[in-house]
Amino acid sequence: MPHKFEAGTFDCIVVGAGHAGVEAALAAARMGASTLVLTLNVDMIAFMPCNPSIGGPAKGIVVREIDALGGAMGKVIDKTHIQMRMLNTRKGPAVRALRAQLDKVLYQQEMKRVLEETENLTLRQGSVDELIIEDDEVKGVITQVGAVYRAKTVIVTTGTFLRGEIVIGNLRYSSGPNNQMPSIKLADNLRELGFDIVRFKTGTPPRINSRTIDYSKTEIQPGDEEPRAFSYETTEFILDQLPCWLTYTSPRTHEIINENLHLSPMYSGEIKGPGPSYCPSIEDKIVRFNDKSRHQIFLEPEGRNTEEVYVQGLSTSLPEHIQHKLIESVPGLEKAQMMRAGYAIEYDAIVPTQLKPTLETKKIANLYTAGQLNGTSGYEEAAGQGLMAGINAAARALGKEELILGRSDGYIGVLIDDLVTKGTSEPYRLLTSRAEYRLLLRHDNADLRLTEIGYGMGLISEERYAKYVVKKQQIEEEIERLRRVTIKPEAHIHEIMQETESAELKEPMKAANILKRPEMHYDQIVRMTPSEVELSAEVAEQVEIFIKYEGYIEKSMQQVERMKKMEDKKIPEDIDYDAISGIAKEAKAMLKKVRPLSIAQASRMSGVNPADISILLVYIEHGRIAKVSS
Amino acid sequence: MHFDTIAAISTPMGEGAIAIVRLSGDEAVQIADRVFRSPGGKKLAEAMSHTIHYGHLIDPASDETVEEVMVSLMKAPKTFTREDVVEVNCHGGIVAVNRVLALVLKEGARLAEPGEFTKRAFLNGRIDLSQSEAVMDLIRAKTDRAMNVALNQMEGKLSRLIGELRQALIETLAQVEVNIDYPEYDDVEEMTIPHMIENCTWVKSEIEKLLKTSSQGKILREGLSTVIIGRPNVGKSSLLNSLVQENKAIVTDIAGTTRDIIEEYVNVRGVPLRLVDTAGIRETEDIVERIGVERSRQVLKEADLILLVLNNAEALTVEDERLFEAVAGMDTIVVINKTDLPQKIDMAAVNKLAGEGQVVSTSLLQDEGIDELEKAIADLFFEGTIEAEDLTYVSNARHIALLHKAHATIEDALGAAEADVPVDMIQIDVTRTWEILGEIVGDTVQDGLINQLFSQFCLGK
Repeated sequence: MPHKFEAGTFDCIVVGAGHAGVEAALAAARMGASTLVLTLNVDMIAFMPCNPSIGGPAKGIVVREIDALGGAMGKVIDKTHIQMRMLNTRKGPAVRALRAQLDKVLYQQEMKRVLEETENLTLRQGSVDELIIEDDEVKGVITQVGAVYRAKTVIVTTGTFLRGEIVIGNLRYSSGPNNQMPSIKLADNLRELGFDIVRFKTGTPPRINSRTIDYSKTEIQPGDEEPRAFSYETTEFILDQLPCWLTYTSPRTHEIINENLHLSPMYSGEIKGPGPSYCPSIEDKIVRFNDKSRHQIFLEPEGRNTEEVYVQGLSTSLPEHIQHKLIESVPGLEKAQMMRAGYAIEYDAIVPTQLKPTLETKKIANLYTAGQLNGTSGYEEAAGQGLMAGINAAARALGKEELILGRSDGYIGVLIDDLVTKGTSEPYRLLTSRAEYRLLLRHDNADLRLTEIGYGMGLISEERYAKYVVKKQQIEEEIERLRRVTIKPEAHIHEIMQETESAELKEPMKAANILKRPEMHYDQIVRMTPSEVELSAEVAEQVEIFIKYEGYIEKSMQQVERMKKMEDKKIPEDIDYDAISGIAKEAKAMLKKVRPLSIAQASRMSGVNPADISILLVYIEHGRIAKVSS
Repeated sequence: MHFDTIAAISTPMGEGAIAIVRLSGDEAVQIADRVFRSPGGKKLAEAMSHTIHYGHLIDPASDETVEEVMVSLMKAPKTFTREDVVEVNCHGGIVAVNRVLALVLKEGARLAEPGEFTKRAFLNGRIDLSQSEAVMDLIRAKTDRAMNVALNQMEGKLSRLIGELRQALIETLAQVEVNIDYPEYDDVEEMTIPHMIENCTWVKSEIEKLLKTSSQGKILREGLSTVIIGRPNVGKSSLLNSLVQENKAIVTDIAGTTRDIIEEYVNVRGVPLRLVDTAGIRETEDIVERIGVERSRQVLKEADLILLVLNNAEALTVEDERLFEAVAGMDTIVVINKTDLPQKIDMAAVNKLAGEGQVVSTSLLQDEGIDELEKAIADLFFEGTIEAEDLTYVSNARHIALLHKAHATIEDALGAAEADVPVDMIQIDVTRTWEILGEIVGDTVQDGLINQLFSQFCLGK
């Protein structure tokens, strides 16, 4: 053991500087907490070990939510992307989502600069070996070199580094992602502290050199021509974009997989940890869907200053010599040179039902965990949790009120509630189908949902808040106006309606009702009845969505109201479930483990059925709950 | 405390001459007044508390008489739940009581959860707090029993059909979800509006079929159409009489039915049987001779259940064998009557002819074996092995209420699809339909969709 020395005292210490760690540290620092970030390697801040892409359905909305709460991910994407696309544009507004391809190196550099320039934030290289715990409360951390840092709160965001092991074929070695140093002692420390730990697995495909790809055999996948941005504050747009390319597996690819399946660690029994079913290896795809004659392969450039290309769709842990053959079997990649081999990685994850909805651990006070360590997968899921852990740890350190986002506030709320209520049996990925109020959790309204909350927590500048207030007011006034104004069937109105072959107006009609017609849009309505002030495209979009889908939005709102009533029925944290008679054994065991905060949360748990909820309700409604609380 | 108005059947199902549907809540009296007509036209709202009133229940939608009833009016607070309570006494048996319950549910009452009346009594302070432990046990026990009953029914045909509908819906949903979550995957067919309309229309029509079997459908309106056949003198009439005597006939005032026919509705352990009209049964006396006659064939064809009676004291005849042929492929229970006499019938041959059909021995003369027969009928019905023409038995008011809800949501979905609403919005109502159908079979697991997604499609990077 090295000689220990006192190295400083902080409000918050963040262990790790991946996507969760950076958002945690930035949020804490912005709220005014003195914050220390410890990372194994300051050159690897916000590193993307898998694909060079952020966003997409559900995930892209998380990035917008992070931005609405003052986070950095969206702004850094806007400065460092090489391509951006809006997905699902032909579908309804609730499922539109932005996705960016990033320059990996620029993204890291930019994020590092953001950390370096943030007030109240200290960035330091160091490997945390141990947490300092006194009376079930965390007091600080000790690093490899013996440095003792003390703090009111600690956030652990160690990603896949905890006891990480890379597996390729029958080769297995201790390693973090991309051959970085793994974190072994901290993994031991968490087990010693009594946390339930599971072993999860994920994987990544090989990378190849762009100069050796025959792009003539592939299809181009360009970005959108229209300028796009994730952040509500971005004003400068990158228009110079790089395309991605699409190719497919060949029958030969499938043959190679089938011939060499015994060499795959997934099938030889070498890997036992569950992998994510939404991100299967090529081996999995071919075995499980053997009726499919081909699978898509997307070629994604990793940056502007490199020839390295990410081969999306070819995630594998087959031995390296088989990976060469696989690549060569794909049209366009016959002569491609592999730069890095794909691999699978196994790592320790915390069973997330051990966490409160604030991401504080139930076992150790003032200790928070976020990101892949909590059993999720994906940069966005990590960043969203990091942000919330950072906010709550800072709130604790500064004596402010905690923040829990509900399932109707944002995808971040859905994500955290799912994790702490249901746990997860494989790396958890957000999907739009996990959100029951998808129509309310849109890409376009993240600011309307969350700016107020962010402002209240001190995460949003006065200037930005003022802009938001104006926007909100304009939207409300314009909706009101269109509901009030009557359009008469006159010649120029008829002309406008004909543009989209809308049925002729026979009698006067409210402008809002005309806008409800599927073929009509706000820009046409505003020509029929101009507004006094010219409204921005964002305001117009909100007005149109709200009026067009009012019925569905209201239905969702009613659902939310019903759920809120159940959310309001709080269960005291110190409830003694053993003192309640009538609750089924299995339900009791689950309730004791998860300790839900409300009846709504309890009702979402598996193993808790309506009869158990009734009994809990009876106790709560009659004030009997106090008698079973210690 | 303020609660909505709940209703439930408060007497055991399927047995007893009288059944009670109980309403409790602020609107209990108004709801009852919407469907109740007393001969003098007096409204319950104006009546004194704790009084009993004779009259008829009328379906306001059709102005049709549903039941002849006695209604007990008990106004708050001196009631079991300390809320306004109305108890509708109607004729026993699942047919009548379900119609009454369905009517009040349609008029705005909500179906009570298991143990909910007791729970309200407790919450409203009617039951002493010291009794709370007992209340908990009660809630638990009632729930478990309700679930067991539900499970028994669920093993039958209804659950299979609901399962099929849900599977169709979830496949549709999974495809919509995949299009949303993986917009670039080309191996997933785009779920287009015409596609969605096609799938939803099918589900809607199946729900309608189910509802038809429930609210005005064959089983609940007419009972399970049952034909007793057999050679002369094997005991058909005795069997008919035994069934009618053992089981109180359902005496409803269904419009257009005569006293004669009413007597042939019997309630066997909760299963409504319609012993096919008297004339029909009498005619089947000589069914052997008339087997080729169209009318007799028709009677058989429309039957849901055949009771084929054989004489224990005689050897099998050619006529018996022809009867077996005539009912081949139908749900049949073979009744070997006259076991009080020495056995001459070849049981091995009977079992062979009966195939999968059950064989029950009776001595109707000595009142033996009726229990076994009734049990055989009930088993057939509740295990859903009876294949009545294209219908499934929806007899449970909770199921009926849920089916109505599912029907409304799938109609919303279809309406939206026709109005060119984006697929992902229509999906909201489709999901709701899937969830409601899930409540019928007790499966509300939310993660079903996500599992479907990944087993149905090859996804991911």
